[in-house]
Amino acid sequence: MDSATFAVQCLNALQYGLLLFLIASGLTLIFGVMGVINLAHGSFYMIGAYMAYALAPALGGTAGLGFIATLLVGLVLAIVLGYALEWTFFSFLYEREHLQQVLMTYGLILVFEELRSLTLGDDVHGVAVPAWLSGSIPLGGLMSYPVYRLFISGVCVALALAMYAVLSRTRLGMAIRAGSTNREMVASLGIDVKQLFRVMFAAGVALATLAGMLAAPVSSVYPGMGSQVLIICFVVVVIGGLGSVRGAFAAALLVGAVDTFGKVFFPQAAGVLVYVLMAAVLLWRPEGLFKAT
Amino acid sequence: MADVLLRGIGITRRWGGVVAVNGVSIELARGEVHALIGTNGAGKTTLVNVLSGEVAASAGSVELRGDDVTGWPQPRRARSGLGRTYQRNTIFPQFTVLENCRLAAQARYPAPWRWWEDASRCAPCLEAARAAIARTGLNDVADRQAGLLSHGEKRQLEIAVCLATSPQVLLFDEPLAGMGAEETERMLQLLAGLRSNHAILLVEHDMDAVFRIADRITVLVDGSTIASGSPAEVRANADVQNAYLGHA
Amino acid sequence: MSARTAIIAAAALSLALFPLFGGKFGVDFVTKTMVFAILALSLELLVGQVGLICFGQAAFFGIGAYAVVLLTPKASAAPVLWLLPAAVAAAASYALVVGALSLRTRGVYFIMVTLAFSQMAYYVAHDTPLGGGTDGIYLNFVPSAGPIDLAHAVPVYYVTLACLVAVFVFLAVVMRSRFGRALAGIRVNEQRMRAAGFSTYPYKLAAFVLSGAIAGLAGFLFAVKDGFVNPELMAWHISGAVLMMVILGGIGHLHGAVLGAFAFTLLQEFFKSNGVFGDFSKHWALGVGLSIILVVALLPRGLAGRRG
Repeated sequence: MDSATFAVQCLNALQYGLLLFLIASGLTLIFGVMGVINLAHGSFYMIGAYMAYALAPALGGTAGLGFIATLLVGLVLAIVLGYALEWTFFSFLYEREHLQQVLMTYGLILVFEELRSLTLGDDVHGVAVPAWLSGSIPLGGLMSYPVYRLFISGVCVALALAMYAVLSRTRLGMAIRAGSTNREMVASLGIDVKQLFRVMFAAGVALATLAGMLAAPVSSVYPGMGSQVLIICFVVVVIGGLGSVRGAFAAALLVGAVDTFGKVFFPQAAGVLVYVLMAAVLLWRPEGLFKAT
Repeated sequence: MADVLLRGIGITRRWGGVVAVNGVSIELARGEVHALIGTNGAGKTTLVNVLSGEVAASAGSVELRGDDVTGWPQPRRARSGLGRTYQRNTIFPQFTVLENCRLAAQARYPAPWRWWEDASRCAPCLEAARAAIARTGLNDVADRQAGLLSHGEKRQLEIAVCLATSPQVLLFDEPLAGMGAEETERMLQLLAGLRSNHAILLVEHDMDAVFRIADRITVLVDGSTIASGSPAEVRANADVQNAYLGHA
Repeated sequence: MSARTAIIAAAALSLALFPLFGGKFGVDFVTKTMVFAILALSLELLVGQVGLICFGQAAFFGIGAYAVVLLTPKASAAPVLWLLPAAVAAAASYALVVGALSLRTRGVYFIMVTLAFSQMAYYVAHDTPLGGGTDGIYLNFVPSAGPIDLAHAVPVYYVTLACLVAVFVFLAVVMRSRFGRALAGIRVNEQRMRAAGFSTYPYKLAAFVLSGAIAGLAGFLFAVKDGFVNPELMAWHISGAVLMMVILGGIGHLHGAVLGAFAFTLLQEFFKSNGVFGDFSKHWALGVGLSIILVVALLPRGLAGRRG
């Protein structure tokens, strides 16, 4: 493999890993702080992608500012959805056994899938890359790399840095980190736990949805995408350690690398390598690579 | 020379940056009640966890009846005669008192491959269970669901479940917790009765009880031993008075 | 004979007599439901008795089914005496590997890891030539079983019923054996079991492998009945459905698993029926999803409740 191809694969691995991080971070934080395992988390990714497809024509297509408008509108809708969902559904799950959480959120997946089927159908769709991001950057003599994929990576990195800043520098972040180890203590510190959970859940939904919107132009929009990404996110969270954002970051990049390079070197093994990686981590460190943040 | 059944040598346990137990040595001999006292957070329960095998020692070793069991997992130590009770109740609330003890006793007669045999017909299990129940005075409630017992009875059952495995070394973690005067008296008589055949470690906060029943006392403060000896020696020890007894 | 035993005996008798008046569709439907009842029983062993929430039962089910097709020679039938143990062994082997790794984790991790390993099996069936891809593979010859003709619905029905009864009785006996009681103790308080001297990991692994083996048996029967396997047999929706059957019927009772299997399958048929929902029946998963949410929220003990 020459250096240009290697660079391309590295960038692909990075972009995939960063996108996974966006989704997995919400999943791991929601579990770490609120103790809820949410099987429907992947559905938000799917919802984001379908939103990108559905909103784009209404907001001026993907030319110029239309794309930014789509992202922003989608983000707002996602936050509203997350807020409402936490209030009407998830807040009832906190004290329940894991088995009940698993089944109720599984039921939620079915509901989301069918609602999407009813409103937007079951077809596979493409979403066009916005014109101003559709170029390619040359790499070496023969290859080039799409600007849009760099854009995705850039947005993810920016969000990751923002997340780091919020978690480590703000009072909200402190409350979140405290909450992941001791829920009762957070309440006794005078922090409104209900509001905190609502905000956190909405943020998690927003991140996953945004990931779906960003990914839509490169991965296309299809019904099974939610389930597919969910299970990969589970692998990321298991490897990284439940509740650890740092762990989710490291694990997401690792999974991105193994999956991307795995497909290049062992095309027949395809998606199986990621699970082999998980098995290896389980042998070595069953609680994950990092402890909760 | 006393018959030392359990020996902890230089046991140290670190959690991240905190040293919970710092180079503690302790000996448990048959026929002795060895009390372990100290302030909250002094490392008593951690020490018990290291001795029983639930938690690995960061340094030091544990010897059970002459064997070095430092690397042995807890179940193996239990099968070799090391039993313990917990501060909180770890009985099985859904099962009857008899089944609680029978199941514990089953650890010595596992025979898991005999899938066709009814477990409640296991004669040696039942025998050991009934003996433990009689010992702890629970005969009257043997067929009652454990979750329905009074608090005192539950603590007795906690001990019965431990005795059902016929251990030689007993590690009791605050067995008197939450007990009234009468129940405490009964528990102390039980301990006195167990003394001759077992080596007993008793972690307790009730100083009256400790000084009544203990043959030896070790005092732990911030993970280190500050005194160890007969009750009279410990009571007279100035460090102990400053650190602990004076504030009791 | 207690009331409960009488009811169970009556149910078994009804199932035995059903083909006499059930009709072709009915026999096929009940056979399928009985297969899922066996699958639900395999999961009840893990969830109800040991307290392990496995979200990967579909993998063992699918491997049992695929083994039938892959191990049957191209030009002749395979003897059931050989094929059945082979299918069960294949499923049990995968359960051994998955269990050995998954049981190193607890709680939510365990759920996620079992789901992930199940997906791995799905991808192997879906994306590699081994599994025949999305089109699936046809069974050319049903296994030969001496006088029993496995190519016809009614004999398959009775074989399935016999297996269901056998698994039910077997599990009932195992649950009151020392092994079964130890599993129950591990469910209630694993730490106390360890403190008493039980090495709990081998017990859990044995239960996991046994559960996988029974799931493999269910897969075997499914393949024989349908004559066709495809990767969707390993889809995690199967794992979710089986878990739902167990909780719907009520955890902690073997008959709960069987009851749940029938209740869930009927529920699914209800939402799929054109007669009730017309065109909307295409979206039957919506009804099923809402039902799952409602049942778990309102009836956490399921239809049969939980024993102590």
